[in-house]
Amino acid sequence: MAGVKNFPFLSILTLLPLVGALVVAFIPKAKGQLAKTVALVWSLVVLVLSVLMWIAYEVGGERFQFRESYPWIPNWGVRFTFEVDGIALVLLMLIAVLVPLVILASWHDAEQTNRSVPTYFALLLALECTMIGVFAASDIFLFYVFFEVMLVPMYFIIGSYGGQRRQYAAVKFFLYSLVGGLFMLAAVIGVWVVAGENTFDWQTLVNADIGTEAGRWLFLGFFIAFAIKAPFFPFHTWLPDAGGAAPAGAAALLVGVLDKVGTFGILRYCLPMFPEASRWFAPVAIALAVIGIIYAALLAVGQNDLKRLVSYTSIAHFGFIGIGIFAFTTQGGTGSVLYMVNHGLATGLLFLVVGMFVSRRGSALVSDFGGAGKLVPVLAGVMFFAGLASLALPGTAPFVSEFLVLVGTFTVHPAWAVVATAGIILAAAYVLWMIQRTTQGTLNPALAEVPAMTKDITLREKVVVAPLVALLIIFGFYPKPITDVINPAVQATMQDVGTQDPGPTAVANGRTAP
Amino acid sequence: MEYAPATGLLSGIWLLVAIPLASAAVLLLLGKRANRWGHWLGVLAVAVTFVLGLTMFLSLSGLDAEGRSAELSMWDFIVVGGLHVDFGLLFDPLSGVFVLLITGVGSLIHLYAVGYMEHDEGRRKFFGYFNLFVAAMLLLVLGNNYVMLYFGWEGVGLASYLLISFWYTRPSAATAGKKAFLMNRVGDAGLAIGIFLMFATLGSTQYSDVFNGVGSLSATTVLILGLLLLLGAAGKSGQFPLHAWLPDAMEGPTPVSALIHAATMVTAGVYLIARSNIIFSANHTLQTIVVSVGALTLLMGCIIGAAKDDIKRVLAWSTVSQIGYMFLGVGLGGGAYALAIIHLLAHGFFKANMFLGAGSVMHGMHDQVDIRRFGGLRKHMKWTWLTFMAGWLAIIGIPPLSGFFSKDPIIEAAYARGDWTSWLFGTAALVGAGLTAFYMTRLFVLTFHGPERYTEDNKHPHESPAIMTVPLMLLAFGSMVAGFLLSRHSAIPAWLEPVTGEGEHEPVMPAIVISLLVVAVSLLGAGTAFAMFRRGTALAEQPAGVVVTAARKNLYTDSINEAVFEKPGVYLTRALVYLDNRGIDGVVNGIAAGVGGSSGRLRRLQTGFVRSYALSMLTGAVLVVGAFLAVQLGWLA
Repeated sequence: MAGVKNFPFLSILTLLPLVGALVVAFIPKAKGQLAKTVALVWSLVVLVLSVLMWIAYEVGGERFQFRESYPWIPNWGVRFTFEVDGIALVLLMLIAVLVPLVILASWHDAEQTNRSVPTYFALLLALECTMIGVFAASDIFLFYVFFEVMLVPMYFIIGSYGGQRRQYAAVKFFLYSLVGGLFMLAAVIGVWVVAGENTFDWQTLVNADIGTEAGRWLFLGFFIAFAIKAPFFPFHTWLPDAGGAAPAGAAALLVGVLDKVGTFGILRYCLPMFPEASRWFAPVAIALAVIGIIYAALLAVGQNDLKRLVSYTSIAHFGFIGIGIFAFTTQGGTGSVLYMVNHGLATGLLFLVVGMFVSRRGSALVSDFGGAGKLVPVLAGVMFFAGLASLALPGTAPFVSEFLVLVGTFTVHPAWAVVATAGIILAAAYVLWMIQRTTQGTLNPALAEVPAMTKDITLREKVVVAPLVALLIIFGFYPKPITDVINPAVQATMQDVGTQDPGPTAVANGRTAP
Repeated sequence: MEYAPATGLLSGIWLLVAIPLASAAVLLLLGKRANRWGHWLGVLAVAVTFVLGLTMFLSLSGLDAEGRSAELSMWDFIVVGGLHVDFGLLFDPLSGVFVLLITGVGSLIHLYAVGYMEHDEGRRKFFGYFNLFVAAMLLLVLGNNYVMLYFGWEGVGLASYLLISFWYTRPSAATAGKKAFLMNRVGDAGLAIGIFLMFATLGSTQYSDVFNGVGSLSATTVLILGLLLLLGAAGKSGQFPLHAWLPDAMEGPTPVSALIHAATMVTAGVYLIARSNIIFSANHTLQTIVVSVGALTLLMGCIIGAAKDDIKRVLAWSTVSQIGYMFLGVGLGGGAYALAIIHLLAHGFFKANMFLGAGSVMHGMHDQVDIRRFGGLRKHMKWTWLTFMAGWLAIIGIPPLSGFFSKDPIIEAAYARGDWTSWLFGTAALVGAGLTAFYMTRLFVLTFHGPERYTEDNKHPHESPAIMTVPLMLLAFGSMVAGFLLSRHSAIPAWLEPVTGEGEHEPVMPAIVISLLVVAVSLLGAGTAFAMFRRGTALAEQPAGVVVTAARKNLYTDSINEAVFEKPGVYLTRALVYLDNRGIDGVVNGIAAGVGGSSGRLRRLQTGFVRSYALSMLTGAVLVVGAFLAVQLGWLA
């Protein structure tokens, strides 16, 4: 196995989509079909390579099993260091699975905008490169670079290929992230200075001694960037605009993966580098997360635009991820990472299905639908399933993560966990209310006259949704393959933070853990 | 408490869940291709599960009382840190009787539905959902830990939602389904928090660990835990204050009302409390609360049921009321756990019988549900009439039908609570018996006797086909003889004893007196209703006094829900949407504009954006270089 692990998976996985993006970008505009096909095949190759890496990963082995490091700017100690633990690995897998499906789902999106088809797919591959890079990086300068560069392809996707108010949404998205990024940049430099090791290497900086005062300021720099990215309340208002304006496929990547950089960043950078500050800020972070759960869920109930609605549901879900991280328990942390993966699958599916409805109807307004189940029963069924996954019904994967997050939070902050649990009632409200207004009830006469609405799910669309549905069900019944990979990395992180799971408060005379 | 591992035939208990689940998957995934034979697959799957369940039940009863259980761990479901949740099953006397009820009554209702849904284009899908329900319900009662129970618990909620809003193009059906799911989720949240509390205090959610650990919990913890479980139970079982969804659930096809919203799913709350009897028995205050919920709900259900004119709604409120009796039973604790389960089984028979009877009446009357427009149907639907009569006599407790044997002991046990509350709860249950006899007789007489009051387009009622009447006959037979089989002198209490324990107090008056009183008030209620309604009733709603008006309006519980939760919820949501768009986002945009110098800045940025992006990057780069230079030159170090 050692030989396999020396294979430079991470650098190749990062570069491969970039090369693909260049290749696709140079395909002439007229050959849109070719560009799509190349992009799809390219993303599938990335998927295959990722699967091989997954197979090579040894469950129960060392925390970091893949590591590469090449010099970049020796004077400042900047290196191309890639290093992946279980947490990053599952997120890389999520990217590798979602991108081909998004490419397939976006098959006809670019034509509708009358802009260059090859550029669109090149941008998607470029986005994949930056997304893989940001999760694989283990040099915080490199991480910062990916974090910022990631904005560029998404900016052009939203701004050029989006729906209504796309310019406004794209700029807002960019500005918010950029502002966050500047805070992080300041903190990145600060860490370099304070640690005084002339390196940006993650491992070294985690072990470096950063004083209490400095640690809190630096934590804040990273945290603001991540809280905007995730986004947490009250930094969330860019997401509904961006998610509402982005093409559905890109929106699926935006909330499914891009936003996870925020929560991943907190777990990977804030907690281990600034353990004292993390504990100090935890009450504020948990409060913001819980407010986000309730607040965004109420807003989701009140939305009249399907894509904005799904965006708000995601903000509520990020609140769950947030409390799981800041509970500092194994269950909470593992639940959060699992939540990131499951949310990517579930909300990715929901966004893609919503996109299928929107492209048929030519509108994302809930009031333009009504009784659609009569016209497109299978598509309506898939939307219902995605909704069930979104409200974390047992039998779908998100149940396991939500359960873990809540149980892990309850053991240390019962009151917050109880408030957060009220979120599961609101989740049922926004999902079922959406389903009722779009697919149930009497058929909207205007809807019946739209010719595209008479066509139920196509073969291409079936291929897009089937893998997501299957994964959501499989991991709903058997999440162990993922939790076993995440668990050791989370436990190591909790050790860095310096917390331990509380034991059962009443010791029973039966078995506690076999 | 230890459960024996599953061996031999019992190691196949997973099949009980897997068979209906596989059938549901086939029916839902194959789509139209399965339209021709799908319903038969649905019936077959449940029938096979019943036969299998019966053999396993017999094999379990062959074991000695000590080891009369079979626990099967299938795989590790959630293993994180100290949390270890099995995907595991437990087949013991309590889950055994539920398996028989669910699959036995379920088979008959499935068979009936083949005829009832014959002209519905969605029949295959209906059977898919129906099988999904059976699988989820079996998982609920067969799980060996609270997470598995929750898994099945939400699964039956899903199936219930799908089946209530089965005719989803009707706005009322869609709304009723949503209401059911939401109110259930309120209860589910309680159950979920209860599970968190178990893990936080006892480090496990396995039944055996939790029950063994109850003794080490403080009284307050037990009380909180019990109340959380009770909230879940009340949601699922339509008990006060989460009862309002159940009558609306009658929007679903009638076989759904019979199977899910009468015989099985709504009794899941009773199962939860009976299963958790060690928790509930550990705290007397907790038991008093359960008993109060039961007594209050049983009276509410009777009073509202007496004022309704929709045949299915009367039966629905009757279900609310009868489950109130079961809650009363499980709240009393001790030997009354077994009595509640006996009543649950008897109720499963007679209520399913009457719901399917109501469905048969509707089938022959063009879906008319208004009992004011029935009358004299005994002449047109002989079998429906006779079978319904068995259910009617059973529920009002006429000896020797099943209701007498199952309800009378609960009333007796209520009178034997051991303190002054004996009088309170015993009398509530006794009055409930009289009211039950009143509203059920009203329903029966108005439907099958007296003058015909049919609408113009509905002059020729007809009897239903054999595929519907044969299940009715079997259920009617069950309603009659189940009494002997299930009485407290039967094997059932002894059979359940390893699970539930025994009673201790003597009733406040001799048992025979209580029995005579129950029969007397029942006859009084039935006689009053007969005298009032044998000549029919007005065809439209008449003005009425305070009590009847309140009962017609569900004792204003819906209005309270609306005023306290729905309306404020809608306003809050609207206010927040406004606030988020104008407030938080406005502030941020305002700051951006302010920083930019003028409010037009943001708009200009949109056009000349690449330039400003470059500028920002440049600023960043300058910052980086500056910082490095500073360090390199030793200004900071």
